[in-house]
Amino acid sequence: MATHIEMPKLSDTMTEGTVVRWLKNLGDEVEIGDEIAEIETDKATMAMEAFDEGTLSEILIEEGGKAAVGATLAILRDEGEADAAPEEEPSTEAPVPEMASDPPAHLEPVALEAKGPELAPEPTVEPATEPATEPPSSPVARPTTSRRIKASPLARKMAQTNGVDLAGLTGSGPGGRIVRKDVVAAMGKADTIESTTESGRVAVSTPVATPEPALSLEAGDQRIELSSLRRITAERLLASKTTIPHFYLHTEADAAPLMEIRRQVNLQAEASHGNKYTVNDLILKAVIGALQAVPSVNATFQGDHILQFGEIGVAVAVAVEDGLVTPVVRNATTKSLLQISREVKDFAARAREGRLLPNEFDGGTITVSNLGAYGVEAFDAIINPPQAAIISVGSIVEKPVVAGGEIVPGLRLDLGLSCDHRVVDGAVGAEFLAQVRKLIEKPALMLV
Amino acid sequence: MRELLYRHALCEALDEELARDENVVIMGEEVAQYNGAYKVTEGLWDKWGNKRVVDTPISEAGFIGMGVGASMLGIRPVMELMFWSFHSVAFDQLVNNAGCIRYMAGGLINVPIVVRGPANGGTSVGATHSHCPEGLFAAFPGLKVCAPATPADAKGLMKAAIRDNDPVFVMENTKLYGTRGPVPDPAEGEHLVPLGRADIKREGSDITLIAHGRSVLHALEAAGTLASDHSISAEVVDLRSIRPLDQEAIINSVIKTSRAVLVDESKPFNGVSSQIAALIQEHAFDHLDAPVKRVCSIDAPSIYSPHIEDEQLPNARRVVEQVLTIA
Repeated sequence: MATHIEMPKLSDTMTEGTVVRWLKNLGDEVEIGDEIAEIETDKATMAMEAFDEGTLSEILIEEGGKAAVGATLAILRDEGEADAAPEEEPSTEAPVPEMASDPPAHLEPVALEAKGPELAPEPTVEPATEPATEPPSSPVARPTTSRRIKASPLARKMAQTNGVDLAGLTGSGPGGRIVRKDVVAAMGKADTIESTTESGRVAVSTPVATPEPALSLEAGDQRIELSSLRRITAERLLASKTTIPHFYLHTEADAAPLMEIRRQVNLQAEASHGNKYTVNDLILKAVIGALQAVPSVNATFQGDHILQFGEIGVAVAVAVEDGLVTPVVRNATTKSLLQISREVKDFAARAREGRLLPNEFDGGTITVSNLGAYGVEAFDAIINPPQAAIISVGSIVEKPVVAGGEIVPGLRLDLGLSCDHRVVDGAVGAEFLAQVRKLIEKPALMLV
Repeated sequence: MRELLYRHALCEALDEELARDENVVIMGEEVAQYNGAYKVTEGLWDKWGNKRVVDTPISEAGFIGMGVGASMLGIRPVMELMFWSFHSVAFDQLVNNAGCIRYMAGGLINVPIVVRGPANGGTSVGATHSHCPEGLFAAFPGLKVCAPATPADAKGLMKAAIRDNDPVFVMENTKLYGTRGPVPDPAEGEHLVPLGRADIKREGSDITLIAHGRSVLHALEAAGTLASDHSISAEVVDLRSIRPLDQEAIINSVIKTSRAVLVDESKPFNGVSSQIAALIQEHAFDHLDAPVKRVCSIDAPSIYSPHIEDEQLPNARRVVEQVLTIA
């Protein structure tokens, strides 16, 4: 009986994955629990573990190849039947979506141990270009065939990424080794590089709806390859902005009571084990309270129906070196301010190190994006699908306000709300935003 | 900033911790009345008396065993090995007892000891007094090991070691005791250097030199020569702690420069640098533009003859030579 090993769904936004590396070779015995391959998702690189045993008899997706969630990657056979004809034609197409939404039962994602941030997204962005564009005899694609070319790992990687044929280069390093600067020099004089990589990129799913015509490079221009994170961000935000009918609301809140309560709480930081609360922590708490009051915002548009979530999961936008990630404070209604504050601090720290786990991005029902720290007074955010709303928080600004006919100094905070009009109508969005403002202006209400 | 000798920075750390916590006790051979074989504990017996600064018999196994036992009951002994080379007579206490008890007791018993003393060659005291066992002890999960290169790090790491609830082995250096460097004034607040955090002692872009202990000084000297004579910009990463090890600092620097030379007074076979080299190839392989090179002590028992021993140990000239083979 042949067992199909299928591309597992390792994160809630994963639609396809890349086989970074096979950890087993053809003919190898696979035991239950063996790590058989490394799979790169849009979020991380994970090891795929076998829940069946057998002999690895066919590999359908080579290293560097992409496959849709649910597509067959390889086939295991029982001992002795490795040469038997396949019982059925293995499908490399994804099965119907409802099957794809659950990982196959015999696979379980396992986070790779000791995986540093430096390893996660970058090294495997380009392999899709490899099999398509390299002639079979090319030493770049098949370094073990023909004669061995002496090149540093960095030079090899750069050559592969940029479509430079190492066989044509003379190494300037010790013992004639091809090093980085030799590849850089070759890239500088080869006009063909651009066309090579452009054609190679066809295999990669492009984030833009229509491919842009290639621009000719001017001196000083730099080609920046898309990381997985950048590509998925581009795809999802393009889909959001072009398929979700956004509308935008803004309101200005009096931030003085919030700042005062924060000051009081942080004076007692010793009592909360040294935790310092941020303005954002309190805003998150207000958003959670407002969602409980106006639960129709805590929902998603599902084509023929609206799904209103029972739990609240607040996704928090965190800027990282190569983009933006949105880890989720799940079951938010059950969490204390201290728990929320610590969780977000932990997310932010680990996000910057690339150490968030895929399941930490799951379960978001609304997103909060805060650019206050950058001095942005107000902005409009793009909805993080499949959610129906995103809150954009500006900076707290000291400005004149009119109170009782007098101009007095005030501390003001702009709150923006971008809504999916299919789910949230203007009045509902306004009611929700007013609730957030109320809790910010009367933070004591968050206690009751 | 005020400048202190390395030995005085250590003494200041001990003095401050004696004052901060009544459970801190100094123990060792000649640490009290004689002020320490290398004068690290100078003045502490006069100031703190017999109960806090204790002369022990010449039996490392005995007094380290005593300290391990006392630490289980809440005392925080800081024990001097006159030379770390004498570790082997107390090996069972250091490894089997100090290193394993917390794990064996399911976390119910801590062993908050510090064992400190010089661990270096270069003083012509022969093979039995010149061992560098930092890699050896770092190989045992349960033990922490650090090797400060500067007076400021010596003080900060010593204080962190005393406050740590696990056994911490501080590897000092007789060749560094008389070196001078800036140390923050206690009036400006506590000076602590956390275990497990490396320090970039010099920024650079072309090659990474990774070192600990006195080898950091050789790496810095070599970096100066590389800049002035060869226009090579070397970054110097001072590990400070061997375990916990700041893997991220190592990998980030190698990714930045694409090249690494490891400078390590340990012997090359299973030395600290062996572990660093393995880490680099495992985590930064695609970023390497050249093989990782090492400058270690030459693989032989420590040599008596001063001139030959100088050449046996890493020095700046050997570091420059290795860099030039791959730069």
